[in-house]
Amino acid sequence: MTDLTRLHVHEMAPLLRAGEISSRALAEAHLAAAERQNRALNAWLVIDRHNALVQADAADARIAKARRAGAAALAALHPLCGVPVGLKDLVSVKGGQATAGSRILKGYIAPFDSTVTARLREAEAVIIGKTNMDEFAMGSSTEHSAFGPTANPWALDRVPGGSSGGSAAVVAAYHAPVSIGTDTGGSIRQPASLCGIVGMKPTYGRVSRYGIVAFASSLDQIGPLARDSRDAALLLHAVSGRDARDATSAPVPVPPELLQLPAGDDEAAAYLRDKRLALPREYFVDGMEPGVAARVREAVTAMGAAGARVEEVSLPHTDYGLATYYIIAPAECSSNLARYDGVKYGFNDRSSGDYIADYLRTRGAGFGPEVKRRIMLGTYALSAGYYDAYYLTAQKVRTLIKADFDAVWAAGFDAICAPTSPTVAFPMGAKMADPVTMYLSDACTVPVNMAGLPGVSVPAGLSDGLPVGLQFIGAPWSELSMLRLARGYEGITARAPWRDLEPAELHLTDDPATPSPVDRKRQHDGASVQGSGGQA
Amino acid sequence: MANLTRPDVEHVAHLARLGLTEEELARLEGQLNHILDQYAILATLDTEHIPPTAQTIELANILRDDVVQPSLAVDDALANAPERSGDHFVVPAILGGGGEGGA
Amino acid sequence: MTTALAAAGKGALARYEAVIGIEIHCQLRTASKMFCGCSTEIDGAAPNSHCCPVCLGLPGVLPTINKTAVEYVIATGFAIEATVAPTTRWDRKNYFYPDLPKGYQISQYQLPLAADGRLIFDTSEGPFTVRVRRAHLEEDTGRLIHAELGGRRVSLIDFNRSGMPLMEIVTEPDIRTAEQARRYAEELRLLMRTIGASDAEMENGQMRVEANVSLRPIGREAFGTRIEVKNMNSMRSVERAIAFEIERQARILDEGGSMRMETRGWDEARQSTYLMRPKEEENDYRYFPEPDLPPLVTSPEWLAEIKARLPELPAARRRRYGADLGLSAYDAGVIVNDAAATTLFEGALAAGTGAPAKLIANWVTGEYMRLAKGEAGAGKVDAAELAALVKLVADGAISGTNAKEVLAEHLASGARVASIVEARGFRQISDSGALDTAIEDVLAANPAAVADYRAGKAAAAGFLVGQVMKATRGQANAAMVQTALRARLDRPE
Repeated sequence: MTDLTRLHVHEMAPLLRAGEISSRALAEAHLAAAERQNRALNAWLVIDRHNALVQADAADARIAKARRAGAAALAALHPLCGVPVGLKDLVSVKGGQATAGSRILKGYIAPFDSTVTARLREAEAVIIGKTNMDEFAMGSSTEHSAFGPTANPWALDRVPGGSSGGSAAVVAAYHAPVSIGTDTGGSIRQPASLCGIVGMKPTYGRVSRYGIVAFASSLDQIGPLARDSRDAALLLHAVSGRDARDATSAPVPVPPELLQLPAGDDEAAAYLRDKRLALPREYFVDGMEPGVAARVREAVTAMGAAGARVEEVSLPHTDYGLATYYIIAPAECSSNLARYDGVKYGFNDRSSGDYIADYLRTRGAGFGPEVKRRIMLGTYALSAGYYDAYYLTAQKVRTLIKADFDAVWAAGFDAICAPTSPTVAFPMGAKMADPVTMYLSDACTVPVNMAGLPGVSVPAGLSDGLPVGLQFIGAPWSELSMLRLARGYEGITARAPWRDLEPAELHLTDDPATPSPVDRKRQHDGASVQGSGGQA
Repeated sequence: MANLTRPDVEHVAHLARLGLTEEELARLEGQLNHILDQYAILATLDTEHIPPTAQTIELANILRDDVVQPSLAVDDALANAPERSGDHFVVPAILGGGGEGGA
Repeated sequence: MTTALAAAGKGALARYEAVIGIEIHCQLRTASKMFCGCSTEIDGAAPNSHCCPVCLGLPGVLPTINKTAVEYVIATGFAIEATVAPTTRWDRKNYFYPDLPKGYQISQYQLPLAADGRLIFDTSEGPFTVRVRRAHLEEDTGRLIHAELGGRRVSLIDFNRSGMPLMEIVTEPDIRTAEQARRYAEELRLLMRTIGASDAEMENGQMRVEANVSLRPIGREAFGTRIEVKNMNSMRSVERAIAFEIERQARILDEGGSMRMETRGWDEARQSTYLMRPKEEENDYRYFPEPDLPPLVTSPEWLAEIKARLPELPAARRRRYGADLGLSAYDAGVIVNDAAATTLFEGALAAGTGAPAKLIANWVTGEYMRLAKGEAGAGKVDAAELAALVKLVADGAISGTNAKEVLAEHLASGARVASIVEARGFRQISDSGALDTAIEDVLAANPAAVADYRAGKAAAAGFLVGQVMKATRGQANAAMVQTALRARLDRPE
């Protein structure tokens, strides 16, 4: 029998329906891998064996019942029925933790399900655990987690990207075929790129944010991470759609075709024919690694050879994206994180006996350095006398950035192709000293959030033995087209040698002698003078 | 565009109710100024006549009918309370009035 | 004490002009809270029993807008002749306080739903107009209770009130006297109740009045230092607190003192204001557009729909009562200012008994109001029954004195007017044939009295009327008896 953890969701679904495998067996296999390898990866904050098996058994019962009821009943099951899923630890699951990677939410137990959780339950997916992340999703390396960094399965001394680094690592390491992440400035696409998997940030408003711990409300979106575009589409289908609890979730129909991305590589490749792809020159930024630029240009050339029409375009306000993002996101976060005050839930320090001093202590000790930095930036940008210069100006530049994209769609392009991250996975600690260096990791992803567009990152080969991501960016609500393009690219590269590679250092995670990321960090912190204050 | 002084940093920290150590304040002063320097690029754009974008989604009037939904059970509402007395949340004494509704 | 204060206030107003602006928060009468589905029936509810993840500010929750609350504010906007914004949005007001679960209040800062309105009302010095700067929607906070736990001083929090819908209405600083301030608040309360937007009971915090009071020497243009006065729990305390504050500030200015910006509370027991907190600096609330809520666009169709649903407003009603029904300005005012009286009056008119409006108004402002003040059950007077009663009085079918008894009994027992009149035998004999027979019988039986009358003793007529009334067991129409009897006696034999 094949190793169940190597199956894609689109392979699991028919096997489950045929009764050839059980959801319990799938859950057991993935749980075992997660439990065995998490010490070396620190990708899971919770591995929920008990509840996962309860859900798996329920899914098996449901599938058995459908099988008795006939083909129509089986066909009515969602492809995710019985399939293991990992959730970033900012997704509320009733009765479970939602730390958002922060000490300040330690001990908090959510008394309600997020809408994403509820929809996964409707699909009867099996939630097997909660994944590590940068604190409150602020970061590009998962090093800003209060619970220690996560290792990249391709190179254990390197970061998996962030903030959804845990969700990316568990999929890359075959602990789950798919996982849920969130993307505020690249937090799904960049870790997907660095871990060699697929990650999609949907259009703002496509997936309900209800029950997802907020970072920056006008930018946050929830999306799938998967090992191929078909699986990403299946998970996106399960969680998308208008939700009465989220006033910013759009009443836009979810295309059922997401369930039917082409299985055959040739059929998939055919979609590329006559598609107009824009290659923005500003995305090949200063400091981009040549290997990354080379892989992306090769990918675009290959799509051209497959019949796509590629033209270079200009998105003139790209350079302003980072500055704009690092005003708007901190401003919103400074307000969103005001609720963490030690009054109602979570970590609290009440040693002073005075409520204002308690606030200061609770928040001073509960948040890590990156979160404090952003709260400070955002508070300053909104404060009296500075609002116009910072926040309002940023909102205006946001208009210009969005207009750049609108012009591309107006010119008839189907998608923009760009690198996802300017670099491959970088060594732990490399960018911790200077926050601005870390922020540069988001240069190619941030504008997409500013404009609320869908973007998907797909693996496009290796540079120095590490994965490179290719990003497709589309007009609002074009997720289906973006995933079809991604699937097309998978089709034309199906026989590329790098497609068959497993993460290079994954085998080391079974070795008890392999240091955990927490050990690595401790060694690193001890060996170098700290720049940014490290973790709380 | 900016030059945050140490008192500015302390003022912002208090506005944000962040209790910071001396070391943190010193480090943040440098880092925040470095980050704010990057923002200077925005001042090079002429944005005077550009309307601001607060949201990218073009929705309006997403309203809810005035219908009552069940609340949490009292014990669930209080389950995460750091301190509880009867059915109340407890915090250290807040003096000086204020905070009354619609403050 | 009030008189002394009022007199003192008048004294101060001879030297200074008071500049007063009023800020009123009204809890809206919706079924569910502003941004979540929790019930608003929180009066007397167990603490934290009307809370959900949204109004507790749990991680990840989002607000959704209560349509009815929005419509109440728009209706209020129309009622105060304000401009309703074609597009409006929500802003976050950021501040930390333990009764504010999210660390920010969702409010409307830059674009209130309604702006530039006015309210016109009567005062003892004639009609007065106050300009209303804005009316907007926001959410209420939780409630803090100060307590001791095992010798430790603590604050207890009840989040039931968190997220209750609030409308804030702010005037321009147009008010000059304590009476105008009270009358403004009364008129606004009446408006809220007429629209149905709020029960606006001050005693339980459904309506909270705050006044900004400053004084300036008469003739000077620059404003004086503003003092905010709150904690006024009745209309009477609004007037008293402001009168007190005018006098207090005048005394300080008289003595050459100066004022600090501060917030003062009204102490009902001491009948004085006290310092709550100084206002060192304006708070830095870091307002910014609420990213969790899309904007509101008030389409002309929607506005027309809301406008069409508006009931007749107090000012129009007073005008109609005067012009169409011939009521005195006083009666119109008394009825319109009392929501229950208005309902009763309108109901009695609508009953269609043909009782004259002025007479109904007399009964409403007179006997009904007297009973309403004395007895809790006054609200249970049935409008149609009142109309029937007034019609009987108008037709002379029942005496005024008996009618009052009928009303009191209707109130006590709920019995119908017709059956009370029947049972008590109150129906008057107004039939002249029947009266003539009774008069002839009485004259025949009392020749001495008749002789006395004819001899010039006018008082004898009174005796004879009494005898007729007695003979008819009080059912004769006394006025008719009087007239007929005199005519009969004065007729030459």
